[in-house]
Amino acid sequence: MEEEMHTDAKIRAETGTGSSPRGPGCSLRHFACEQNLLSRPDGSASFLQGDTSVLAGVYGPSEVKVSKEIFNKATLEVILRPKIGLPGVAEKSRERLIRNTCEAVVLGTLHPRTSITVVLQVVSDAGSGAQLLACCLNAACMALVDAGVPMRALFCGVTCALDSDGTLVLDPTSKQEKEARAVLTFALDNVERKLLMSSTKGLFSDAEIIRGQGAHD
Amino acid sequence: MKETPLSNCERRFLLRAIEEKKRLDGRQTYDYRNIRISFGTDYGCCIVELGKTRVLGQVSCELVAPKLNRATEGILFFNLELSQMAAPAFEPGRQSDLLVKLNRLLERCLRNSKCIDTESLCVVAGEKVWQIRVDLHLLNHDGNIIDAASIAAIVALCHFRRPDVSVQGDEVTLYTPEERDPVPLSIHHMPICVSFAFFQQGTYLLVDPNEREERVMDGLLVIAMNKHREICTIQSSGGIMLLKDQVLRCSKIAGVKVAEITELIQKALENDQKVRKEGGKFGFAESIANQRITAFKMEKATIDTSDVEEKAEEIIAEAEPPSEVVSKPVLWTPGTAQIGEGVENSWGDLEDSEKEDDDEGGSDEAIILDSVKMDTGIEVSDIGSQDAPIILSDSEEEEMIILEPDKNPKKIRTQTTSVKQEKAPNKKPVKRRKKKRAAN
Repeated sequence: MEEEMHTDAKIRAETGTGSSPRGPGCSLRHFACEQNLLSRPDGSASFLQGDTSVLAGVYGPSEVKVSKEIFNKATLEVILRPKIGLPGVAEKSRERLIRNTCEAVVLGTLHPRTSITVVLQVVSDAGSGAQLLACCLNAACMALVDAGVPMRALFCGVTCALDSDGTLVLDPTSKQEKEARAVLTFALDNVERKLLMSSTKGLFSDAEIIRGQGAHD
Repeated sequence: MKETPLSNCERRFLLRAIEEKKRLDGRQTYDYRNIRISFGTDYGCCIVELGKTRVLGQVSCELVAPKLNRATEGILFFNLELSQMAAPAFEPGRQSDLLVKLNRLLERCLRNSKCIDTESLCVVAGEKVWQIRVDLHLLNHDGNIIDAASIAAIVALCHFRRPDVSVQGDEVTLYTPEERDPVPLSIHHMPICVSFAFFQQGTYLLVDPNEREERVMDGLLVIAMNKHREICTIQSSGGIMLLKDQVLRCSKIAGVKVAEITELIQKALENDQKVRKEGGKFGFAESIANQRITAFKMEKATIDTSDVEEKAEEIIAEAEPPSEVVSKPVLWTPGTAQIGEGVENSWGDLEDSEKEDDDEGGSDEAIILDSVKMDTGIEVSDIGSQDAPIILSDSEEEEMIILEPDKNPKKIRTQTTSVKQEKAPNKKPVKRRKKKRAAN
């Protein structure tokens, strides 16, 4: 197994150094963020990345239902609403990923028996699931900061796509995503640059996933 | 979360102020709050801000079969959602009354007034018509949801473009937006709701109540009107008794307000149209203010990823390889196979273990044998999803079977029932459990 990994890395290195510069792949499209735009939630943020835009609202720490309370830390709840139609399984799985990421950074033990609710609304969707996940993560982080929820680190979500010849493309457009061999989404924290969450789709080798992380650093 | 109750002193303060013709935000009795309309990048998407109340509207379309009794008409579907971020009290189960009321009012205002020409949505009579779906999401609740929602709905419908369709005899061609420009919907008029809040049994009235004023009001009168002064819907709720001339006066005020709002909508639509035609930037990104401290914008940013390769190699070289865990499957008989070995039986140690997870070191999906069907998704529960038939008995309490712990437990992952039962997992129930047991 180890030998396989090394040879893989070597192959990648050869193609990497030999090939031409990546071209348009290594630039982020324009992004924008605004905080505190809603008056009712404790914290709110709107995050725009390219054509994808998500609005997040945070309530907390606040009263929790007895059935959901945890005795020694805060109960974190994430709700993601799509723009058209009712929420389905894809939304549920994204909610779970975002919740796990938030739980890793939010200092829940400072507010036991309370609830922190993060509500995400998709405002515009370029049609790509991975971009949406990254945008949701960013919006959630900014909204948690705006709400004053204590966190041990900030986190950010990024997407990258690997196309068939192994070229890494950061912040892909939906067209690039469709043609890519693999699409990877990562959530990284800003204190130790460690990986909090990864969601991947497609075929890729171990070396490539590490390349992806390195690029995001 | 329960809604915070309004304190008595706040209520009295608001009512006293209204008696003296004063409003908390400094408006006059008949003043509307600032209305701000912004559009998104795709057609049919808009956000309307009425003061601090914010509603997101999106229109989408789909080709479906028409309703049986209306074979030549398109279908309109309206859906207003009170998002949980709009107010802490809006939880999934709790808002049904308000939600139904708002949705019904919106439907009456837009559907029954026939503002959209449904006949033009027909593609093939009796077979294919356009279904127009309007989704409204309340993002922030600061009072007067219905006005903001009706404005958002009509703006989104006016902004929306549906794909072009051409019918030649029996052939129907649906053009993509790249082939042919999408076509706007045919809208006859723009009905807009105007709300009047009444206080002190109809003595005082306020237009466009905000959230605090809504809490202390006695009743609400909603008039939906278009700019031609035609009333589309009128609804009075709250049980207040209004005089005829009060209602007439309100309708006159509504006429004036609707004219102003319609003009604002037209201007916003024209602006957006102009920007799109000239190729300028449009979308929500443009509506984010530039110089505010709470907003941040960044144009394209290039990133240097040239040293990623070396970094990756370093990480891989330093990393420890994952432990060797792949084991070959062992075929016992046709239909029975085994991958890896189970963990040590811990039933003797733990008194009350509810679940015994099958913690194999075996690898997962990649190994497939020809003659063996394996269901690697089965998680062995404490009683075991074994191949042996499970006898369900009602009198579980009496039938307590105590088995001696084995030396080497082997777990089998098969789906088929095998002839001989390989060494079954050991059971040593210490306490009685109300679960089904496998008889051995």
